[in-house]
Amino acid sequence: MMKNNPYLPVSAPITKITKETDIDYTFRLACDIKPQNGQFLEVSIPRVGEAPISISDFGDGYIDMTIRRVGKLTNDIHELKVGDKLFIRGPYGNGFPLEQYKGKHLIIAAGGTGLAPVKSIINYFYKNIDELKRFDLLIGFKSPKDVLFEDEINKWKEKINVTLTVDKGDENWEGNTGLITKYVPDIKIDNMKDTEVIIVGPPIMMKFTSMEFLKLNVPEKKIWVSFERKMSCGIGKCGHCKIDETYVCLEGPVFNYTKAKDLID
Amino acid sequence: MGYQLLNKDFNDILNQLKSEYKIYGPKRFENKGRFSDTDVIGYGEIDKLEDIVLDEKTYFSPKEIIYPIRQTLFYFTEDEVKVPDAPEDKVIVFLRPCDINGIKRLDTIFLENGPYKDVYYERLREKVKFFMIECTEGFDSCFCVSMNSNKTHDYAVAIRFNEENVLIDLKDRDLLEYFENYGKAEEFTPEYIKENKAKVSIPYPEKVTNEMFEHEVWQEYTRRCIGCGRCNTSCITCSCFTMQDVYYDANKKVGERRRVWASCQIDVFTNMAGGHGFREKQGQRMRFKTMHKINDFYKRFGFHMCVGCGRCDDVCPEYISFSKCINKLYSIVEEGNNDEK
Repeated sequence: MMKNNPYLPVSAPITKITKETDIDYTFRLACDIKPQNGQFLEVSIPRVGEAPISISDFGDGYIDMTIRRVGKLTNDIHELKVGDKLFIRGPYGNGFPLEQYKGKHLIIAAGGTGLAPVKSIINYFYKNIDELKRFDLLIGFKSPKDVLFEDEINKWKEKINVTLTVDKGDENWEGNTGLITKYVPDIKIDNMKDTEVIIVGPPIMMKFTSMEFLKLNVPEKKIWVSFERKMSCGIGKCGHCKIDETYVCLEGPVFNYTKAKDLID
Repeated sequence: MGYQLLNKDFNDILNQLKSEYKIYGPKRFENKGRFSDTDVIGYGEIDKLEDIVLDEKTYFSPKEIIYPIRQTLFYFTEDEVKVPDAPEDKVIVFLRPCDINGIKRLDTIFLENGPYKDVYYERLREKVKFFMIECTEGFDSCFCVSMNSNKTHDYAVAIRFNEENVLIDLKDRDLLEYFENYGKAEEFTPEYIKENKAKVSIPYPEKVTNEMFEHEVWQEYTRRCIGCGRCNTSCITCSCFTMQDVYYDANKKVGERRRVWASCQIDVFTNMAGGHGFREKQGQRMRFKTMHKINDFYKRFGFHMCVGCGRCDDVCPEYISFSKCINKLYSIVEEGNNDEK
């Protein structure tokens, strides 16, 4: 067996499966990986395939990944039961600069499954809310049935200024409706210098949400985004995630807006 | 260390080397050409000097010798994975300076980019010795001189092929035992091509702004390119791959994970689960490839990826010329010429 083979995955048993929505399940794996917030793993079922999946939360001896059923691999992952194994390698990528956010007014805008890669940050500051001046959280989903982590969102509301919205409600929905961008101007920002904004979601959502914050005169360097790309290796070889001279798997997936705005696919 | 050897003596040496090395060189594959009754020149194992084709360029580069089209990363059964053993044979490749420089680009991606070495590449690569074919004429589509890749001193042996004999510059002392009993000592320094028929001027990377990315020059490629990916498969420096899992048995428990060459010109290169992708138009893909070869690789590593072998021009079914594309960019970026479509 080759030493230092970065392509060899290790198996990790599934210890818990939480159905967040009809198509999004959170899988808890027993493993010793200590990731940074915002990093990802290459996850596979040998015979089916491998894909990069962001870590949604982690703690002593476990990591969580919230996985949407959208393709061949994720369909098969959704068939797995507690006790079955997933194969993983990583963590890869750079993660969010958590230290930089401490003592500041943190604003997180997350769209859909984009909530997963920032969930561990939300939970960190939920537990350590004194480390922030203020914490605004904007969360948007397509419809009420797409809402992820509903119990946790309700818990977060105790300490965090949460605005939850769906693009389109249904007859039972009494909350906010409309895109996240609609709620950005409502956020009160006292001091731009002490503000940090994280935006994660589909490309189009990140683009227009960034523009809303820029309209509020938030400096570009205060905005952080996370990119999703196809990746076969996660270690700068396969070329799929490259944008110009930047490898999303190496220099990302988290980018400061000053860098992200010039990344043209 | 220089030698002059008669062709038959050189063949004797090749014969002896074969006990220890697999020997690859540019050779003729009969009736494998693009049109009926035509041949293709490619890389394969050779037995003797006469097998080596010197008067035509190879259609494919020698990269598959160290970076196979399909490469098994590991086999899996229900509970375990097993990495295949590395091939034991050492390898000799006859190739031109541009291709040696091309393999330097592959080395850069596989061994230097990112935090880990690609062990599968490394274990094949470290077995290879370069036998450099002296190249002073080139072919019609070559532009190695412009790319600064017409020269290299990284070879085990450099060879000038004359009618009846060969001149050798031997650098690799491991091979001395094979050569020292043959021929006569004669100082030999290989020459390199000084001027190609095709030339390119590369726009200075710092001057290539985001406007160039959106420029209408790319639209022609949207109209013309059919996205076959031949330019990628023939390129000595294209290194992209995709993972592929396959299983052998009906219960799907036993199989392998392998990587296969990927092409940035082909649909689904960027597609993620759910089908969302980037660069839907061929022109955008041409821009992506062009910038990688003559712009952004340079920004990352300090030298250009493209070595000017011109194979992408040779193989394109739509007669797209990469060297002309580079020159069009230069004209737009450096000379402000926006009329050229």
